[in-house]
Amino acid sequence: MEAILLLLILGVVLGLVIAIAAMIFAVDIDPRIEQVEEALPGANCGGCGFAGCGDFARAVVAGDCPPEACPSCSSAALSDIARILGVAIGVREEKVAVVRCGGGDHAARHPRYNGVSDCRSANLVAGGPKGCDFGCLGLGTCARACPFGAIEMTDDGLAVVHPDLCVGCSKCVAVCPRNIITMVPKSAPAHVLCNSPAKGAAKRKVCSAACIGCRKCVKTAGEGQMIIEGFLARVNYDNPPDASIAECCPTHCIHATDTGARAETSEIMQGEAVNG
Amino acid sequence: MDNDNTSSREAAVHLPDMEKLVVSSSPHMHSGEDITRVMLMVILALVPACLCGIYFFGIGALWVLLLCTASCVGFEAFFCKLAHKPNTVPDLSAALTGILLGMNLSASSPWWICVLGAFIAMGLGKHIYGGLGYNPFNPALVARVALLIAFPGHLTTWVAPRGATAAGAALTAASDGVSTATPLYAVPQALQQGGEVTYEYMSYFLGRIGGCIGETSALALLIGGLFLIALKLIRWQVPVAFIGTVAGLTALIQFVSPETQPTPLFHMLTGGLFLGAFFMATDMVTSPMTRRGAIVFGVGCGVITTAIRAWGVYPEGVSFSILFMNALTPFIDRYSSRKPFGIAKRKDKK
Amino acid sequence: MADQYYFRGGVHPAEGKKLSSGQAIQVPPLLESYVVPLMQHIGAPPKPVVKKGDTVLRGQLLAQPGGFISAAIHSPTSGTIKDIGVCMGPVGLETPAITIASDGDDTPDESLTPLNWHTASRDTLRERIAAAGIVGMGGAGFPANVKLTPPLEKPIDTVILNGVECEPFLTADHRLMLEQCDRIIQGALILGRILDVTDIFIGIEENKPDAIEVMRQKTAGTTITVAGLRVRYPQGAEKQLIYAVTGRKVPTGGLPMDVRCVVNNVATCAAVADAVNDGKALYERVTTITGTPVTTPGNWLLRVGTSVEEALKLVGGVKKDPAKLLLGGPMMGMSIYDLSVPVMKNTSGILLLASDEVEQFTSNACIRCGRCVDVCPMTLMPGSLSVAIENEAFDLAEAGFAMDCIECGACAYACPSHRPLVQHMRRAKAEITAARRAAAAKK
Repeated sequence: MEAILLLLILGVVLGLVIAIAAMIFAVDIDPRIEQVEEALPGANCGGCGFAGCGDFARAVVAGDCPPEACPSCSSAALSDIARILGVAIGVREEKVAVVRCGGGDHAARHPRYNGVSDCRSANLVAGGPKGCDFGCLGLGTCARACPFGAIEMTDDGLAVVHPDLCVGCSKCVAVCPRNIITMVPKSAPAHVLCNSPAKGAAKRKVCSAACIGCRKCVKTAGEGQMIIEGFLARVNYDNPPDASIAECCPTHCIHATDTGARAETSEIMQGEAVNG
Repeated sequence: MDNDNTSSREAAVHLPDMEKLVVSSSPHMHSGEDITRVMLMVILALVPACLCGIYFFGIGALWVLLLCTASCVGFEAFFCKLAHKPNTVPDLSAALTGILLGMNLSASSPWWICVLGAFIAMGLGKHIYGGLGYNPFNPALVARVALLIAFPGHLTTWVAPRGATAAGAALTAASDGVSTATPLYAVPQALQQGGEVTYEYMSYFLGRIGGCIGETSALALLIGGLFLIALKLIRWQVPVAFIGTVAGLTALIQFVSPETQPTPLFHMLTGGLFLGAFFMATDMVTSPMTRRGAIVFGVGCGVITTAIRAWGVYPEGVSFSILFMNALTPFIDRYSSRKPFGIAKRKDKK
Repeated sequence: MADQYYFRGGVHPAEGKKLSSGQAIQVPPLLESYVVPLMQHIGAPPKPVVKKGDTVLRGQLLAQPGGFISAAIHSPTSGTIKDIGVCMGPVGLETPAITIASDGDDTPDESLTPLNWHTASRDTLRERIAAAGIVGMGGAGFPANVKLTPPLEKPIDTVILNGVECEPFLTADHRLMLEQCDRIIQGALILGRILDVTDIFIGIEENKPDAIEVMRQKTAGTTITVAGLRVRYPQGAEKQLIYAVTGRKVPTGGLPMDVRCVVNNVATCAAVADAVNDGKALYERVTTITGTPVTTPGNWLLRVGTSVEEALKLVGGVKKDPAKLLLGGPMMGMSIYDLSVPVMKNTSGILLLASDEVEQFTSNACIRCGRCVDVCPMTLMPGSLSVAIENEAFDLAEAGFAMDCIECGACAYACPSHRPLVQHMRRAKAEITAARRAAAAKK
């Protein structure tokens, strides 16, 4: 009985000490930080340049950084944040990543590669498992880097971005050793899936799905909708052609933006070292 | 692609088929060493000790060994499947763990002890950490210690060895062929009670004493251990440091209190010291990578073993000491890592 | 004199040198065209001084050095410039190259006149070596004149000739030492004069007793000492060779000049002698074409720009399909998959390996056996480093001295888990270098 009483008193006293200490050492935390953080995607992708979403939320509430600096926020989330902070935010064009290579194993020359299953490591050794110097190595480094699971590795040895899952954080852009991933407007209807500045004949030699610079798309599309530089055509994203432009390409290197039309799905290649 | 013009134009000269050429990082040659061969050699080195165990403890020992090995292999396959990993049974590491587990059990162990031990070894000792290479503790020892704590009775019921001398049999207080004591338990007890003890070093050396299946014959273990050292599959530093430390410290302790403590030679030859020093402490995955680290590891094992034997509640401390040092291995590795070639010069300059 | 100092670690792979060590150096017929890559050395890319359609002579300058650390490129034969474009390079990526269509006459260019090295000034000799486009012919292709121009605060007292040839299968240096040791010795003395050094060593592994014997006879009465060295890979690595011969340890991150040494390959020395005595630019070299699948392995004096395909035709092609085609030796050579890759100044060998000789890397976990730790000649811990690198912990790799790795491959050779340790180290070195550059740019 005494023991119980003793513990009871001890508990009350210590509880009071803690309560008083909490009042004395209280730190004012802006409740809006928590609200903003809740509105953010919470993937901690780092696309904003801050150390995670919490850090970004603090910066936004402090006014150090505009909310639209988060590349991953949907428009709805942005307007939520604007409401919390009571500020107006600019209209932001939503961007998605696109892998500018369509040369899968069926189309491109691919040497037998044996080694670390990582694009950045493979790129250091004999150019890795792709004959084209500008081709997708297909070892899935971008897919592993994607915090949103938006990049899929096809059975054909290509990375493909799902535009509906991609939030535009650009993490994949940074990890690709061949710099073939770029950010494009989400609304763009078609993309040229080739990135090689080499001459048409040289490209043809290593890949059957390369842009050979035949200018057919330039003629088919409207004025200024397709741009051609050397042997490489690209979509003018400021004035894009419609999706039907894909049909005119003789090497099928122009793809319309359509998640369903692309190669079959496969599990992300992980830990597979031998790609013979 | 380019292949056509190379092979067809020069029909007389056969050139390499470019499509078959593999690209990879250097080096392009290999010593031919692989995990399976390493494991196989260790298993071969254990054969003499296993045969001794079967000879001294009868056919029951063989069943225990077989059951442990089979269960470990089975659980290895099961856990690999569970984790969606390639089956690693062919690398023989599970078979080796099974044999070591069997050698750490009594010949009278019931079947469920063997199966449960194998489950603990493969599950809690190995696959929970990610499989071979990632386990911080020796799986066979994890199982042995778990069983020892959970079922002390089953783990310390020994079969009397074949051909034990009358004095030896008297020491182990045999009744109906099953005894409850090993020399490591009985001799210090007798000494503490002020009794006279005759050491039978030859019996200890050959393995004519009670104990686990694989631990009794110092001779057989020595043969296997030297075989592994000769093949450079284990570092000699570990057993030498381990056994040397035990010998040195027990000599010191006996010097201080000669009446109550047995001789260093007794400590070296009985219990699981040789098995532990040559086969358990030298497990690659769980011991330090450098030579210097191996010495630290061996000495640490020796100190803890001696401490447990001299002052602990358990008569034997080899398993505990190795597990404890396993836990320290990352720490030892970190502080025993070597200075790269040419590093001293740079420091001089500073 | 044998080596007094043994470096720690190392391995001893099957030598495979018997295939070609008995074959005298052969001279191939002239080809119709040569594709000469511009980047045959470490450093800045050279600038072409010819244009399409120009007529050039054998040994004429095609491209001049594009910086201090760079090298000149010369035409391997006389003819016309067919194209200035690209070719498949040894690392599997396209690289700029000049294509020359041979006119069949092989007319030499005589703009470089012979010099008397006894009387010519040191600077004249250095300029000549630079003008002849001489680079290290043992492997990396470091421009020779840069090595021979040490900064004033780094005096040199020892020249070491690398005749170790510790790579299995290669015999090009071995044959050169047997057949043309006078050129090598001349070159060594020229290097000695340029650097004002009297201590000259020639390091040769003891598995080439005939070469040691010949060299000892020919160097009698000179200041050159022949050092027979223990057969141990990588005995020919620069830092290990300096240690074996002089007992000096090159500090981490340092160069041989930090321990007062200059190391040159024996083939480089022969090229130096030719450049000075005959005014001959570096446009050909002895290359071993070998491997078990090769019909008749041998040593050939190949001109720079000869494609691997043409080189393989010289040896009668292959008996069976190889699994790997390498430029260089099996331990440090580069695997290629295209037969159009040209021979360069540092191509010491063209090696074919059958499928049963080839190392297949796997993604097995490190079992921490410590084999790599035992064999690493730089006394690193490759196993632990590779685990850190797999987890992209490049700061840990840097703290573990990953930058000191010489990529000799001894660790991966010995690894029972068949882990691609060298590739991991390359990745780490690339990442650490990039991070250091970024940090330097910030400052």
